This record gives sequence, structure tokens and C-alpha cells, in this order.
Amino acid sequence: MSWLDLGALDDIPARGARKVKTAMGCVAVFRTADDAIFAIADRCPHKGGPLSEGIVHGHGVTCPLHNWVISLETGEAQGADSGRVPTYKARVEDGRVLLEMAAFQRAEVA
Amino acid sequence: MTQRLVIIGAGMASGRVIEHLVEDAPDAFDITLFNAEPRGNYNRIMLSPVLSGEKTYADIVTHDDDFYARHNVTCRFGEHVIRIDPEMKVVEGQNGHVPYDKLVIATGSAPFIIPVPGKDLPGVITYRDLDDTNAMIDAAAKGGKAVVIGGGLLGLEAAAGLRERGMDVTVLHLMGHLMERQLDPAAGFLLKQDLERRGITVKTQASTKAILGETRAEAVLLESGEVLDADLVVMAVGIRPETRLATDAGLSVARGIEISAQMMTSDPDIFAVGECVEFDGQLFGLVAPLYDQAKVLAKSLMAEPAAFVPRELSTKLKVTGCDLFSAGDFAEGPNREDIVFRDPGRGVYKRLVIEDDRLVGAVFYGDTSDANWFMGLITSAEDISDSRDTLIFGPAFQGGAPVDPLAAVAALPDEAEICGCNGICKGQIVKAIEGGATDLGAVRAQTKASGSCGTCTGLVEQVLAVTLGDAFQMPAAQPMCGCTDLTHEDVRRLIKSQELKSMPAVWQAGAWKTPDGCHVCRPALNFYLIADWPLDYKDDPQSRFINERKHANIQKDGTFSVVPRMWGGITNPRELRAIADAAEKYNVPTVKVTGGQRIDLLGVKGEDLPAIWADLNKAGLVSGHAYSKGLRTVKTCVGTDHCRFGTQDSTGLGIKLEQALWGSWTPHKVKLAVSGCPRNCAEATCKDVGVICVDSGYQIGVGGAAGMDVKETERLADVPTEAEAIEITVAFVQLYRENAKYLDRPYKWLAKVGLDWVRARVVEDLSERKRLVEAFELSQSIYRKDPWAEHAKTKAERYQPLADLTKEAAE
Repeated sequence: MSWLDLGALDDIPARGARKVKTAMGCVAVFRTADDAIFAIADRCPHKGGPLSEGIVHGHGVTCPLHNWVISLETGEAQGADSGRVPTYKARVEDGRVLLEMAAFQRAEVA
Repeated sequence: MTQRLVIIGAGMASGRVIEHLVEDAPDAFDITLFNAEPRGNYNRIMLSPVLSGEKTYADIVTHDDDFYARHNVTCRFGEHVIRIDPEMKVVEGQNGHVPYDKLVIATGSAPFIIPVPGKDLPGVITYRDLDDTNAMIDAAAKGGKAVVIGGGLLGLEAAAGLRERGMDVTVLHLMGHLMERQLDPAAGFLLKQDLERRGITVKTQASTKAILGETRAEAVLLESGEVLDADLVVMAVGIRPETRLATDAGLSVARGIEISAQMMTSDPDIFAVGECVEFDGQLFGLVAPLYDQAKVLAKSLMAEPAAFVPRELSTKLKVTGCDLFSAGDFAEGPNREDIVFRDPGRGVYKRLVIEDDRLVGAVFYGDTSDANWFMGLITSAEDISDSRDTLIFGPAFQGGAPVDPLAAVAALPDEAEICGCNGICKGQIVKAIEGGATDLGAVRAQTKASGSCGTCTGLVEQVLAVTLGDAFQMPAAQPMCGCTDLTHEDVRRLIKSQELKSMPAVWQAGAWKTPDGCHVCRPALNFYLIADWPLDYKDDPQSRFINERKHANIQKDGTFSVVPRMWGGITNPRELRAIADAAEKYNVPTVKVTGGQRIDLLGVKGEDLPAIWADLNKAGLVSGHAYSKGLRTVKTCVGTDHCRFGTQDSTGLGIKLEQALWGSWTPHKVKLAVSGCPRNCAEATCKDVGVICVDSGYQIGVGGAAGMDVKETERLADVPTEAEAIEITVAFVQLYRENAKYLDRPYKWLAKVGLDWVRARVVEDLSERKRLVEAFELSQSIYRKDPWAEHAKTKAERYQPLADLTKEAAE
């Protein structure tokens, strides 16, 4: 399993996100208040809003365009809305943020 | 000696008369009751719940066969009365004569049928009695389309009931808004929205020309030429008193049967009660005055003194989920003033009409919990000038000193009617509570109170609270968001009183249910803390909406728009050149002049923001804050510089105001304008603060709006000098910052606190004005800075991707 070092944890603000460009589109990497790291596609299932620009609360993010709330754990839209965002594996090791590359590489092969 | 009493009509009024008589004078009368309907007294105002399926006929019967038998009432139901002979004192029914000593006419009213072609076709029905209701239920069982003509109380209840039963319903209303006799246009609009949400189509200003169809109603033709298919047409355009018998008997009849305050007609042995009567030029269509009449009539029959006094009326709509209340007289008039409160987010609208410091009318939509308290103020006509500031917030918020809202309920007598639908009095509810019904559901189950239209629910809860004391927990007011039970106002008070200076402190003190709030409460808290503790609190960008976090406006495709500040709308060739260069360099697809006289560069990529800002900064341009809950623009006209009408230097004042206020954070965006003369080229009269320059100085208006609501400013002050105009404006903005709920524009906040309250602080009280200006300046010393310059220097990397894997993945 290959993990890519994206940068330091502190490069991402707590309750914030940074985006990562990939060949499959942008991925949003979130750091929650409890320093957990999540990576999900940076596109709201509603109208494609950039989730990395949303307000992060708990383990969720609110899309900046129309306030859909997306779970960072499952990628599922919360409440009355329905839809799902692809999620990717990410973790923190020694203060570095790591993203699992398999999903992106498979896509490239296909 | 037993008298022979004949009553014609078994409606709600006559039912009450019979009750009073059998209770107070059980042996005085030998009663014969005629009714054209083949049944006895039932609660006619409950037909709507029967139509919608919430009730059955059995639920709304007020007097059953057993009651009539027990009290020796001779029932002649299903029998029409042909005529009355006052000379012979005889009533002639279809099945024979009945002599009387005293006669009561309680024939009610008949629905008004609009005289259009096709009105007599099968499939066209009125909405008046149980037979009509059953006909509608039968028609609805087949499904299809229904057209209800008439957007008044009855029409809308019919429409909601038919919709509930699955029909595709359209309401046609002749006037510009629904229920125009009870509601003003704003409340009518909310009602229309509510009905449309239920799937009912509402057409106002729709005049019916004909009902089309060969053998039965098939469609409705409007004057506009539009044709609406209809399997069922309900005519509910109004009612008129049923006076034929009285007219034929030679009694005095105007629009209704004319009666004295003792309910006596022009014949001393004939009385009349209910919707068929006219008293003092008034007709009566609501239940409360009918019951009053019934009480008076019973006394008159028993030869006891009593007089009917019409009381102020209130109306509620019996459509579940539509909270609507209207009382008194709310027509606009020269001596009348309005206090209006709107909360479009919650669909709440309240309007009070005041004349000579007395409340004369009230309209509530969406929140009717305090309606009875306001009704009391209308009835008592007491002077409200002392509590005017906070009147609209109801009994719980009087003059800053909390008044016990329950005191009024506690003071109600046992016979005070709480639930008009079911005729339930306070005493009955108290008895049920004392018998063990300790919550709303139990009270509802045992007494039927609040079980019908539900508009008296608040009052029933108050009776519970009064009776149970601390054992009853009142449902809380609308909280800020799902994270807390506190309202915005509670939170602002908490932050000030407990000197909370960080978000975690607020979460703790306010018993937040989430670890770190949500997108609703966090931006509000961030603002409240900045406004109250500019020196101690540190702004939290992660609690700001993206626009404020990145100092640009996000667009629907995720790009941003950039608006440089142009003080007072003034620019020069050098700035224009810099803007043009930046637009070219960063491939800005759209360059647009905004409504606030600034230039908008639309379609800038998020990564390019720091660079374009740096370029614009080099030319001396700073952020226009066109994205912020803060000062946006000060729009100006050219004033004395060029205009032949301009009276003052409006552009100069606009620039000074913008330089004083820019960079401040406020509960919502703030827009200003300065016009050089009353021709008002800068459109200052629909801004949050608008200054009109006149020969004698400056007229400062506040609380205008030109968005979801359109509102003209109200005059805050007239001042002779520019310096005072600026000072008052700054003080006003600071007062708004200190007190308003987040996301309330100044006009909404003003509607809550009242212009007089604001004027007392920013105009009349010079020391308070000075304090406000100083507090604003203090905040500006921390928060007025150009975010573009700051971000371009220190945070530029945050605007770039954390990593670019487009190449990595390809390897």
C-alpha cells in the first residue's frame, strides 16, 4: 500500500481544509478540531460546490454554496438531503499528512 | 307559568340559548325547535376538520337526541318553516302550525352564490352545512381537480380539506391577496406561500366569468380567458343573513334582522340571534359574539336585564399548520401607526396598529402565541405609550422589566373561553389538570381543548403552567440552531453578562450539544464576540463563511469575484487602468459595475486571488468588502460639485462616511447612500442609512431596504452639519452592532426595538452617542485593515493547493 506525504499537519488549519489536485479532480483534505484527517472529493453532490471552502464542524462540513452538510467519515449528505461524495484514506504520522494513492493510481490505469 | 317558546334554526347560537335556558330556567319554557337540516345542533365551525378527515360528524355534535329528550325539547328537524304570523302568534311549518308566546329566529345565513352562467350545474356546491361537507367528501373520493371560488376563511378551509383528501385544488380569489378582510397584504402573502407548499394553487385577482359544462361542472372560465378544468367547484365567496321569514312577517330588516341590545326585533315577542341579525349596523359571523348574544337572549327571555355589547373580534384559520391571527381594525389611516416585525426565515410576521397610543388592531402570522394578550390590549384600549418600544415582543418583554406572561392567564375567570373551536372554558381545563392531565396531550384528550385548529395551544400551555406551577415546563422559544436551546438574544445577553470571551466559553455556558457548533451558530458567535470584546477576542477565520474567510465573493462555479473599494463611488484614470490591467492579466471573463457604484471583476480563480490583490494594492486600491457582513458601499450623487440642484457636497460626505466605516464587521451587510438633494439620485431612501442633503443641512434616514423586502427609510434625525451627520451615522452603526441579531439587517432590528428607542440613544442622549462612537473607534483600531494586503503577504500559500498530484499519478 503506498501513501503519499502531502505536507505537515499544520499546513491545514484546524476546522479547515486544503485541496489537492489530482488527475481525477480535486480532493479536499480536512483537519477537524480533534486533529483527525479526512480526504473526500472536493465536489458537493448537489451542485459541485468546493467542499474545501466550507465551514467544518464536528466530523462534517457545510458546503459553501447551498449549505448541504456532508459527513467527512462516510461522504454521505446529512439530514434531509441525499447524495454521497467519494472518500479516500488519509492519516497523520509524525505530524505529516498522508494520502493513500491506490485509488488515484487505479483510476489512471483504467 | 310555562311559556311556549319556538326557536327556528338549530345552529350554534340557538344551541347556546337552549343550554342557558335549560340550566337557569328548566321549567319556564316549553321549547319547540325547528331546523331545516334533518339534524339538531352541531358545531358548525368544526366542519373544516370534518372535511379534512380529522374529525367525524359524531365528534362535533353539541346536543344529541338524549339532550333534547331530557329537556323536553320538541324537535322538528328537516322541516322548513313556511311563515310566521305575528298577529296570531303562530309559526307555520310544513307539517303544521305551532303557536308561541315567545319566538326566536335563529336562521343564520345563506351562502352567497355569484350569478355566473353554470352556477346551477351539478358539481357546483357551497360550503355551509354538513350536507355540503359530505358532498365534498364524496366528490373528493373520486379524486380529480377542484376549484374553490373564494379565498376567505371558508374557501381556504375548504381548499385545505379537499387537498388533504387528495384533490388537485386551485383557489380563485377576486382580490389582490387572500383573506383581505382579516389580513394585510404581507400576511396574505405568507399564507399564500404556506398553501402553495401544501400543493394548493392560488390565483389572486381571478374573476370568475362562467362555470362550463354540459350536464355537470367541467371547468371554470376566468375573465382573463383562462380555463381551469374542474371536477368539483366550491363556491365560498361569502354569506348573507337569512331574513326571508322576518321580512315576510313584517319585521324591521336592514341587511339583517334589526334587533335591540336585548335581542328583540321590532315585535316585542319575537327575538333573533346569530348570523341573521343586524345590531347597530353590524353583522356577526364569528362565534364569540354569537355566544354573547345567546347569553343576553336567554336573560331577555327570562325577563332579566341584560344588554348585548359587540366586542372586538379575532379570527383564526382552522387549517392545521397555518398559524394566523387577526383582530381589531388594521386598516391604514391618517392617525395610525404600524409596528411591524418580520422574520422571513421562520415565516413569522407580526403587525400592530396603533392609534392615539392605543392598540386598535393586530395581525400575526406564523407565531400567534401571544395573540390573546394583544387581544386583551385591544379590548381594554389601555395606553401603551410606555411599553411601545418592546410591545411587538409581547408580554414576556415589557419595557426591559420582565412581566409575568402568566399573570394575565391567571387572572382569567373560569368561564373565559380558551378554545373557541370546541367551546372549552378555562375552568374545564383547570379541572382536567387537577384530575391528572399534566401535559398538553392529556388536556387535549380529556377536554378537546386545542385539539382542533390548535391556535389556542399557547394559551392552553399557559393554563397548564399557571395551574401546575414549576411542575410544567414551557416549550422553549426558537433556538439559534440545533446546537443549543438558546435564542440569539439569549446568547448575546449571556456573552455580555458573563463576559464570555471565547467560543468554547459560550459553548460551555450555553450548554451546546455539539462539540464545536455548526455553520449557523459559529459565524454568529464569531461576530458577537468581535463586537463585544474587540480587544480580547481573536477573530476565527474558520467560523466565517468562505467569502469572509477569503475576502472575495464565491460564485456558483467556485470562482471568485473581486471588488476594489472606490470611496464614495469616485475613481480616476490611474485606478481604472490598474483594474483594466488586472482584469487582462488574470483573464477575468466579466467586468461589471455593481449596484453600489463599484467595479466587479468576476470569475477569478481562487489561486490567483493573492496575486491580483497585490497588483491592485500597488495602485492604492483596497478591498471593497463586497463580500462582508460589514460596510459595503456608500453610494453618492455628484452634489454641489457639478449638479445644478445639489445642495451640499454629497460625494465628499459619502467618501468621509465610507472612510469612517470601512472594514467594520456588522450583523449583516450595511449599505449607505448620500443624495445631494431630494431628487435622490443616489437612492438614499432605501438604504440601511441614507442621507439626503437639503439647504438647511442633512436628513438622516435609517432602516431602508431594497431586497427581499422593499422599505423606505425612517427619519432618524435632521442635523445642520456634516460632522454631526457622520457622528450620528457611526453611533447608529455601533448601536446596531451591539444589539442586533446576526443576519438581521438594520430594518429588521429596528422593527424589533423601535425607532424611538434608537433615536433616544444616538440622537438625544449625547453622552451615549459619544460612548457609541468611541466603542466603534476602538473596534476599528483593531479590525479596520485591508485584508487583501495582509493575506497577499502572509497567507498567500493557503490559497494554493496543498499538493499537486496530477503529475505524480501519471508516473
